[in-house]
Formats: sequence, C-alpha cells, structure tokens
Amino acid sequence: MGQEKVLFIVFAVIAIASALNILLQRNPLYSALSLIGTLLALSALYVTLRAEFIAAVQIVVYAGAIMVLFIFVIMLLNVPKDQPQVEKQKGLRYLAIPFAGLMIAEMFYVLRPIRLSTLPPVPSGNAEQAVGTTWSIGTSLFTDYLLPFEVTSVLILMAVVGAMVLARREGD
Amino acid sequence: MVPLSWYLGLSALLFTIGAVGVFIKRNAITIFLSIELMLNAVNLTFVSLSGFFGDVGGQLFVFIVMTVAAAEAAVGLAIIISIFRNRESLNVDEVDTLKL
Repeated sequence: MGQEKVLFIVFAVIAIASALNILLQRNPLYSALSLIGTLLALSALYVTLRAEFIAAVQIVVYAGAIMVLFIFVIMLLNVPKDQPQVEKQKGLRYLAIPFAGLMIAEMFYVLRPIRLSTLPPVPSGNAEQAVGTTWSIGTSLFTDYLLPFEVTSVLILMAVVGAMVLARREGD
Repeated sequence: MVPLSWYLGLSALLFTIGAVGVFIKRNAITIFLSIELMLNAVNLTFVSLSGFFGDVGGQLFVFIVMTVAAAEAAVGLAIIISIFRNRESLNVDEVDTLKL
C-alpha cells in the first residue's frame, strides 16, 4: 500500500471519528471541539489533493474564525446539555434500514465507473502557477470569477447588518 | 495513488453523519454544527474533483462556500441568541410557534 493511501486512511479515520463524536457528545462545547478535529483532518486531505491554498484557508477561516464564533456563542449562552431522546414514532426505525441500504447501494452504483481513476500526475511547467496555489486561485478569482466575488461582499454586508438587527435587545 | 472514489465515499459518509445529526439532535447549536459538517463534506467533493480534473473552478467554489458559511454562522448564531433570550432554551422541540 502506497504512502498516499496510508495518509488518506489516517486522516479519513480522524475525520469520521471526530464527526461521530459530534453526535455522541451531549455538551455542545465538546461537539464544537470535535468539529474542529474534522476540519483539521479535512485540511490535511486538501493538501494530499494539491489544494494548498484551500487547506490554509480551511484552518484560518473555518477552524479559526467561524468556530471561534460558535464557541463564543456556546459560552455566552451557557447552553444546557442535550436531554436524552424521547422517541415518538418507533415504527419509523424499521423503515430506516431498507432506505439506508438503498442509498448505500446507489452510492456504490454511482462510484463504480470511477473506482480506479487516480489523481493526474503533476503537470510539468511552473510549479508556482499550478492549480491550487495562491497564484492560480487569485488570478481566476479576479478575472473569470469577479462577479461572484463582488456578490459575496454584498452577502457579507447583509449578514453583518442582519446579525446586528437580530441579536439586538428590544427597546435599544 | 488514492482513487477518486475513496474521496467521494468519505465525503458521502461525512455528509450522512451531518444529516443524521440534524435529524437526531435537539439542541439548536449542535444542529448548526451538523450543518457545517455537511458543508465541509460538499467542500471535500469540490476539492477532490477540482484536483482530479485539474480545474481551479472547484476550489473557487469552495472559497465561496466558506464565505457563505461565515455569513450563515453570523446570522444563525444571532437567531439562536435571540431565541435563547426569549425562551431560555435551545431545544428545537420547544421552539415550534410556527407549527399549526
């Protein structure tokens, strides 16, 4: 087994274990910390896919900024622990298993034709301008994808205003 | 080399775990964390297909998804703060005023 497969399996196991831990924890703070574990494992997988810029942004923006916001709110609200589930419709549980089997079979059917395709070799040429570097992302972002980039800034502005309006106390 | 289907399978698995979290969890913040997990599963699909086709478009889309996730987190957490202030609870079963 090649070195890359070992790396993939290690980080995939970390990602799945942290993702399952999100569901198993009753305290939302521990769930948030588990999600950070998944984000870091995914960032490592992005490096194996030669997406270095996205891997760095994943850590800086996602694991840094967004998760800090989550943890800040969890600590601000002093959220109570999740209570054990009260199952209302027990019959649905037995319906879930055949549907899950159907979905898995569908996934294997879809993935079958691409089972053996692997990452193309590194193209020869200037390594600084390969797909996935800051150069290639920045060049595309400010030429072909300029309109989505500008629309994003409007979206962020709306989110800032919306968050301020929603979180404001009545009567201020 | 790692086959493309491994990445897509991992992404499907993470998305499923996130979807299950949305269904079985009742704390609004944990549901929100599960939604972030689903967004990340989709990001993994975008980045892997971008790498395998050698096209930078997928990674740009991931960049946009991250921005939307940041906006969503800001607005969603503001809604959660406002719900908690009104009801002293984050249990989504108790926040059902819209239900007939």
